Amino acid sequence: MSAVLQYTVQGLAAGSFYALAALGLAVIFGVLGVVNFAHGAFYMLGAVAAAVLLDTLGLSLWGALIVVPLLMLVFGMLVERLLVQWLLPLDPLYNLLLTFGLTLLLVDLVKRRYGVSGLPYERPSALSGRVEVGGVGLPVYQLFVIGVALLVCLGVWLLMTRTRVGMIVRAATERPELAGALGINVGRWVTPVFGFGVALAGLAGVLAAPFRAITAEMGSDFIIILFAVVVIGGLGSIVGAVVGGFLVGLVEAFGQAYAPTFAQVLIFVLMAVVVLARPAGLFGREEATA
Amino acid sequence: MKKRRTAATASMVMAGVLVTAGCGAGGPSAGGGDFTDDKVVLALLNDASGVYKDVSGPNSKIAIQMAIDDYQEKYGDDAVVDDIEVISADHQNEPDIANTKAQELYDREGADVILDVPTSSAALAVATQAKNKKKVYINIGAGTTELTGAQCNKYTFHYAYDTWMLANGTGTVVTEEGDKNWQLIYPDYAFGQDMVKSFTGAIEAGGGKVAGTIATPFPNDNFATYITKAGAAKPQVIGTMHAGGDLINLVKQYNESGLKDQGIDLAVGLMFISDIHSLGVEAFEGTIFTDAWYWNLDEKSREWADRFMEETGDRPTYAHAGNYSAALQYLEAVQAAGTDDADKVVEELEGKKIDDMFLRNGEIRAEDHQVIHDVYLARVKGPADVKEDWDYEEIIKTIPAEEAFRPASESGCSM
Repeated sequence: MSAVLQYTVQGLAAGSFYALAALGLAVIFGVLGVVNFAHGAFYMLGAVAAAVLLDTLGLSLWGALIVVPLLMLVFGMLVERLLVQWLLPLDPLYNLLLTFGLTLLLVDLVKRRYGVSGLPYERPSALSGRVEVGGVGLPVYQLFVIGVALLVCLGVWLLMTRTRVGMIVRAATERPELAGALGINVGRWVTPVFGFGVALAGLAGVLAAPFRAITAEMGSDFIIILFAVVVIGGLGSIVGAVVGGFLVGLVEAFGQAYAPTFAQVLIFVLMAVVVLARPAGLFGREEATA
Repeated sequence: MKKRRTAATASMVMAGVLVTAGCGAGGPSAGGGDFTDDKVVLALLNDASGVYKDVSGPNSKIAIQMAIDDYQEKYGDDAVVDDIEVISADHQNEPDIANTKAQELYDREGADVILDVPTSSAALAVATQAKNKKKVYINIGAGTTELTGAQCNKYTFHYAYDTWMLANGTGTVVTEEGDKNWQLIYPDYAFGQDMVKSFTGAIEAGGGKVAGTIATPFPNDNFATYITKAGAAKPQVIGTMHAGGDLINLVKQYNESGLKDQGIDLAVGLMFISDIHSLGVEAFEGTIFTDAWYWNLDEKSREWADRFMEETGDRPTYAHAGNYSAALQYLEAVQAAGTDDADKVVEELEGKKIDDMFLRNGEIRAEDHQVIHDVYLARVKGPADVKEDWDYEEIIKTIPAEEAFRPASESGCSM
């Protein structure tokens, strides 16, 4: 029983990274129709930025949780303005290639500047240690990660459902044709939404910094899992991204516990099953087929 | 008659040319000079951009250059060869690239010896080329015991470390010091499987037992559950066979797990000082591992490490020191043989006893070309004990050369 509780917490903590990043991926796909291959690299940049800010300015995790997503927001908006927007009218494949190229570029730049061994990161002492829950010691940091992820997801959900901007973005994400038909100007929200999605990936990176190896390559496998998350949740679905993220985290943790060699395969088995049963994903909307 | 005289004159002229060429730029050559192209070329083949870059990488080229400088300073005008060059190539840890590069280096670039080559599969490819081309290869970066085992050959030497030595050091000693009950976590590919086999043998020889092994995907970033599972079996120590970024992930998550407070130790199969430097001593504090060499071992090592730091800004790993030593010993052998002819150089190297900055009580074993030497069991210091940058290791035991490596009788090598 105690082991099950531990695996659950570990799964939800890993799922938090997936959920936050997948949320970003989902809004970007929804509004721009861009499959952002560079999302893993943005996640990596978030972690690297946190480590560099700690090393040079002494900015702790608390500060980094605010500052890094803001930096990534600006960076994301620049990427959209300078690069992504020019390819939007073309086949979506062009932006897939662009963001894939961007990944290679960012990874190599980080390698060149910071080497391959990874960067050190020390978390605030308030987040070290464990709390006893029912006789099981649960790491404070994992609970903190889950808490932050849930809060942010809730915040995004409120933003999407309770504000006009959110409603426009959601309409554009989930019913693009309809939103356009009703004369809603989606265009002006494209740049901020891309930046916002990138900022979420950066935030996931900051949260991962004390817990994962901070290397140039850390996003390379992450992005693959992330695609599985988005497919399971449903492309472009906001709730789907979050639920999919936590679900994949849990599958990974219990897979590692009970079928170690198949842990990663299980995620893709789940993906295959979902796609077979519900091609649009758990929360996706069926394409209107003629 | 006339014809014969012409021929004689011609050969005298030729001889004159040869002698002049031999004297060349820097005075007389003691050994009479018998060099393929009037120079010796040392080729460094390793990972210049990927995961093993910091472990060895481009800084090993600087280490080899230091060996050339030292050789030239030591022998001065008595050196049998004046023109010594170091070149390098990137094999990206791919065996097929290593294979092609090795051919190019030997054939086109005129390399007399190839050094380093991390990644076992790549090293085995280069060893095969060395055998075919009859040129010397001294491995430093790869850990596989195959190089001195079933796949050994006359031209291949194994310096620094191998999986048997790591397992024997960490596995046996940690077991003998009381941690008898082990759980092993390993990456599920050739190196990890090799290490588990070696460790299991060493642990059982030390009177302990491996209660369980857990295979993980490679590469992988989430080890939390694997660690919880290993800890749930209540071992005295968890042994990890991961390296590089995976090792850092695993150590971070082990620290998170609280197993340390429960008295479950972590022993690491393969670790370099650059790993400790990148993650910080806090994360590795108390971790036990086997080290082939440590920069702060004694005055002799430290002196060399200071020179290396002046050149590179970093302290050397044992791979850097191993490349220096291997290059130097190769040049010493060339000096003794008076030629860069591979067969003669190999003859000089075989059975040679060496004590240098890197090798203590070293010997190039003639039977299987394993270079044996004293190795060290190290414990990572706590932050309070670190007196300067890179002062990370406390040497808790010296394992004598004869015990540190697989006995030649068990190697299965026949040349």
